[in-house]
Parts: sequence; structure tokens; C-alpha cells
Amino acid sequence: MRFSRKHLALPYALFLLLLVVLPLVVIVVYAFSDSSGQPTAENFIRFFTDPNTLGTLFYSLVLALITTLVCLLIAYPVAYSLAFSRIKRRSVLLLLFILPMWINFTLRLTALKELLTLLEGNLAYHPFLNSVIGMSYDFLPFMILPIYNQLERLDRSFMEAASDLGASGFQVFLKVTLPLSIPGVVSGIAMVFLPAMTNYVVLDMLYNSTYIMGSLIGSYFAAYDWHGGSMISLVLLALICLFTLLSGNSEEKPEGGRRL
Amino acid sequence: MSEYIIELKDVLRRFEDDGSVAVRDFNLQVRRGEFVTFLGPSGCGKTTTLRMIAGFDLPTEGQILLDGKDITSLPPNKRPINTVFQRYALFPHMNIYENIAFGLKLKKLPREEVEKKVKRVLDLVDLEGFESRSVSTLSGGQQQRIAIARALVNEPEILLLDEPLGALDLKMRKEMQIELKAMHQQLGITFIYVTHDQEEALTMSDKIVVMNRGSIQQVGTPEDIYNEPKNAFVADFIGESNIFKGIMTGKLKCRFCGGEFECMDDVDEGSLVDVVVRPEDVILSEPEKGTVEGLVTAVTFKGMHYEITVESGKYEMVIVSTKAQKVGDKVGMSLEPDGIHIMLAEDHTTSFTASVMKDYSVMYNGQVIACDLTKLLPGSRLDADAQELRDASGELVDPESLKVQISIAPGDIEMSDDADAGLTRGRIINLIYKGDHYCYVIRTEHGHDLIVDDEYLWNMGDQVSLILPEEKMSFALLK
Repeated sequence: MRFSRKHLALPYALFLLLLVVLPLVVIVVYAFSDSSGQPTAENFIRFFTDPNTLGTLFYSLVLALITTLVCLLIAYPVAYSLAFSRIKRRSVLLLLFILPMWINFTLRLTALKELLTLLEGNLAYHPFLNSVIGMSYDFLPFMILPIYNQLERLDRSFMEAASDLGASGFQVFLKVTLPLSIPGVVSGIAMVFLPAMTNYVVLDMLYNSTYIMGSLIGSYFAAYDWHGGSMISLVLLALICLFTLLSGNSEEKPEGGRRL
Repeated sequence: MSEYIIELKDVLRRFEDDGSVAVRDFNLQVRRGEFVTFLGPSGCGKTTTLRMIAGFDLPTEGQILLDGKDITSLPPNKRPINTVFQRYALFPHMNIYENIAFGLKLKKLPREEVEKKVKRVLDLVDLEGFESRSVSTLSGGQQQRIAIARALVNEPEILLLDEPLGALDLKMRKEMQIELKAMHQQLGITFIYVTHDQEEALTMSDKIVVMNRGSIQQVGTPEDIYNEPKNAFVADFIGESNIFKGIMTGKLKCRFCGGEFECMDDVDEGSLVDVVVRPEDVILSEPEKGTVEGLVTAVTFKGMHYEITVESGKYEMVIVSTKAQKVGDKVGMSLEPDGIHIMLAEDHTTSFTASVMKDYSVMYNGQVIACDLTKLLPGSRLDADAQELRDASGELVDPESLKVQISIAPGDIEMSDDADAGLTRGRIINLIYKGDHYCYVIRTEHGHDLIVDDEYLWNMGDQVSLILPEEKMSFALLK
């Protein structure tokens, strides 16, 4: 057999098969079967009738949405002022915002925990707030970077053209800069929202005992309920797929030239 | 109402970050309805000047007046001026209608009026019915037209165009040139156009502003600029031209290119001048019938004509002719007086090229010239014992790769009748009395005509030795 470039993909194909496709198949099989191995839709029905799982889904969604919103509100002005600043060493300034990513995540959260304890007295008073703060702190760089990149490579003549045609500074931002930066915002949201939906380590470390999707799956598996846990994983996967498809579509739109 | 729609007074633009000056001493008055072109090589400051008129850049010093009113620091959105950008800058998130209506909607015009105006301006640029198309479906030429439409729909007092045709192919560019000119005549508004293409500038403009290194070189009609360039830069930049250093040898007589020619510009005898000869003005003839004789060294067929290069002594003349010549043939060259354009020279330094020997000494005409190569190559070191010159990064410099250009001003050259006293020898072919000294033209043994000022009287035809004092020389490395 002659060696061709295709064969270079073999290790990855094997990896994909063993660690992605196979587990996925197992999850699907488990999700739609009962403990005796008979196919059933009961797990599916249970998920959408159990107030406990639905409540957790809702809590996770709200937490992720608020975290994303907080990140966006902090990141956009930062990215904007960085991208349009006249400072020569912009990359150094950007680095300052990215730097926390280099520090071990456990260390970072432990430090945050101490700080919050100092401010609030007891972390248990504000579990939701603490989770939002912790996750925003953790994910902020993932929001700044894509928005910064998008704004930075934006042709300045678009803004000049808008101003030339009579737009004031604020109108230029509203009608040109903001719409043209949407692709960056969308990928920023995807980078923050998806991990925020599933990440439960932050909650864990900040003593928030409320379950979110990630911890819920963990609890099912810990109780040997493989079938119920698999169904929750599958629903979560479906939600993520849906969101990725949506954000992927809107990312292409500015190139197509239609109004967003 | 002021006579001038826009006026720039002593405008200077210095960039804060590196202190470089992009535009200096810029004074210009533009009449209502004129088509003015800023012409110059890239980096000459033409776009910066345009950006200051648009309001994207602010002058460091000076004033910009619009219709007599100071608008120097008015933001772009408050100026009745619109710009067509180099790469169009059409908003990709809007369709054609929204792009063109952008300015009108900001003015809160009623919807019907906006629609009417957009339609009218799309008619003007020949793209009727394109309203709902998206920007990305348009060709470069169509995007160009939309960019013009988007600017014109606001009925600006001045339309600025920053190299708008640069991205189009040749045929398209020619078409757009004609259309832009027609639009200008139809609309009657002032156009300020930036280009580095001299042909484009000559075709379209009422007035051309030639710029170089941030300052205006000449302002005039296309005919003025072409026929009467003010200095060597303008002559060289506009059209093909041969430029020679010359000297006025009598009333309406000028010596250059190894010959004496009659001319029409009345310049004082003895003045040092730059002479411009357009390639199409040179008359080729039998060798003995021309004012100067030369050897054909290259002939290139250009479609409409031949481009012929003739070498005469140290001089080279490029000639455009409909008749072909053979390489190696001897020809005579002559000029009608009106084919010669004379400009007072700013700088008449003589330059010649010397070679570098194996021991890194500089040699010209068999004589060593004291020239410190380490000063010309920053950071280099010369090891005298090993005879090795190493550059800043420690690489050994190959002496054969170096050539040194030696420059010296005419007043610094001395003459001697001791044949071996000087660096080179020559024969006096012209002498002009200039009141307190004589000015000589000396044909060197290498065929160069040098100009030498001397207070003593020599005779025509005298053989002299030319002393070039080393301390008066300036050196430069040739790449």
C-alpha cells in the first residue's frame, strides 16, 4: 500500500472513533434504554416532567445568560478602547487582560474566594452572585479576544465614510462599528455561553451547592443512574448544537451584505 | 460668497508619533467648480492633504477656509464635503439602497424624497435598479460607481476622490476617467482628485498640483505643467523627459548634452540650468547634420512608435520616433528652439563614480582618494592589518560590491596647466565672463562636461588639469 497524505489523518480518525463517536453512541443507547437494556423513551419523558431537572436546566440557562451578558458588557468597551487606542504597545495592554488565563485556574478561584469572603463575610449569602462573578472572571478573556480581533481588523475607512456622510461619533458607532463587530460578539458569546452552561467547578469552589447541568449529570452518574444521566447529557448536547448552528449562521451574514 | 470654494493657508501636518512632516507650506486656492488634481509619487502628502480637507486629519499649523469660513477643526460630519474612498468603503452590512441613503437618512429627509434622490443618482452612475443588490455581488467598477453615487447624493460643495480608479483595470479606468469628467461638467461642483498617475491627471484636470515630499512643486493647467515644468522633479514626473545639466552660454544659447543649442527661454548668460527635452521633440538626422552626434544603443517597439536610446559621449537621450533605427548606427540629433525647456538649476553638483580596490581604498582615474569607507557603512570596522572590512553584523564586505559616488560643487573645482596636478584632464570648450569671475565649461577626457568657476582668464581650447580637493568632496555609497 502506498503512503499518501490521507494516511496522516489515521491517528486522529482513530482518536475520533474511540473517544468521540463510540462514547456518543453509548450515550445515545443508554439514554434510550432502561436498566434491563430494553429500548424506551421513559428517560426522555422523565427529563421533561421532572421539576428537578427542568429547574436545573432553567437555573443553568439563567446563570449562563447573565454571565455572558456581564462578560459582554465588560468586554466590549475594553475591546473597543483597545482596538481604537493610539497607544503603540496595544498588544501589551491586551496581554494584561489576557494574563489571568496563564495562572492556574484553581489558584485564581481560590484567590477570588478569599476576596469575596473578605467582602461578603460568608460566601453562602450570595451563591448566585458569586457564581456569576466567578464565571465572568474566568471567561472574560474569551469574550475580549474575539471582539478585539474583529474591531482591530475592521477597515477604518468604514468609520471615516460614515462620519464623512454626516454621522456623529455616536451614530458612527451605532450604525457602522457595532453592526460590523457582530461576528466578534457572536463568537465571544459562543466562547462564554457554552462553557458557562456546563461548568460546575466554579460553583463547587465558591460553595454554591445549587445544581447546574454539569453537576446534575455528575450526580446521576454518582448514583449509578447511567440512563437518566445520559439523557441529560444528550439534551444538553442538543442545546449546544442548536446554539452553535444559530451563531454560525449569523456570523456569515455581514459578508452577505444583508441587514442583521 | 468668497471667490474661492476652498483655500489652504500655510498648512503644515506633522505626525505626532515620529515627528515626520507629511505636508508643509501648503498654500492653495480652488475656484468653485474646478477640477483640481493632487499629483505626486506615493508618500508625497497628497492623500494627507485630502484627508485634512475632508476633516479626517487636522493640520498641525495653518488654516483651511471653505467659502471664506474657517473650517480647520470642524469634524467631517459638519463639512459639506464628501469623499470617494480609495477602496470604496461601502458598508458591507447594508444593501446598495441603504448605502446610498445613509447620508440622507441622517438628515431625516422624508422617505419619498430619499427614494427619489437615490434613484436619480443611480441613474447618473448608470446602475438603475441596483437598489436591493448587496455590495458583495458587485464588480470593482460597479462598487466604484456606487461609492461615487453615495457621495454625490448628499449634494456636496466639494467631492473628494482619493485614487478612486487605482483598483480598476486599464480599460475600465479609461472609461471611468471620461465618465467622471462628464459628471463634473454636468454637476458643476468642485472635484478634488488625488492620483499618482500623471496621464490621469493630465486628461481630467483643470488644475494640477504637483507634490513631492510634502510640498507643492508646481500648480498649473495640464498644458503649463507639461510644457513649462518649474523644476527637474516636475519635468521628470510628468511625461517622459530627458533632463540635462546645462549652462547658458549666450543670449538664447545653452550648452548641454555635449552641444550648444538655440533656445527660447531668456536666461542670463552664465546661469546654471536644468534642461528638459521631451523625447518626441528630438530630431534625428544624418550624423553630420545634427547638433550632436551619437550612437544608437537601444530600440524598443512601443506600438505607436519606437523608443530609441542614443548615447552621445557621457550623455544619454531617449527619443520617440515613428521611424526605426538600427542599434549601433551613428545618428545626429538636433532640436528646435521650442523643443527645449530651460529651468534655473537649484543644484549643479558634479558627480562621478569611483571604484573600491581590494585593500578598500577608493580609486578614480588611477588615483587614490581619501575616503573613509567605515563612515559610509554605519557600524562597520576596518582591520588595517588584515585588510578586512566588516559591516555592523560582522560580515566581510566584498570590495567589488562597493561603488562610491563622489560629488563636488562647481565652485570647488580648480584648474591647473600642470597636466599631472589634477584628478582628471579636460579641454575648455566654453568660457563666459560673469563680472567678477569666469565660468568655464570643460569637456573631460571621459566626455563629461564639467562647469568650473575661476577668477583667472584661460583660453578656449586650453588643455587643463582639474584639481578636485578631497576636503570639498562628499561621498555616498552606490548600491
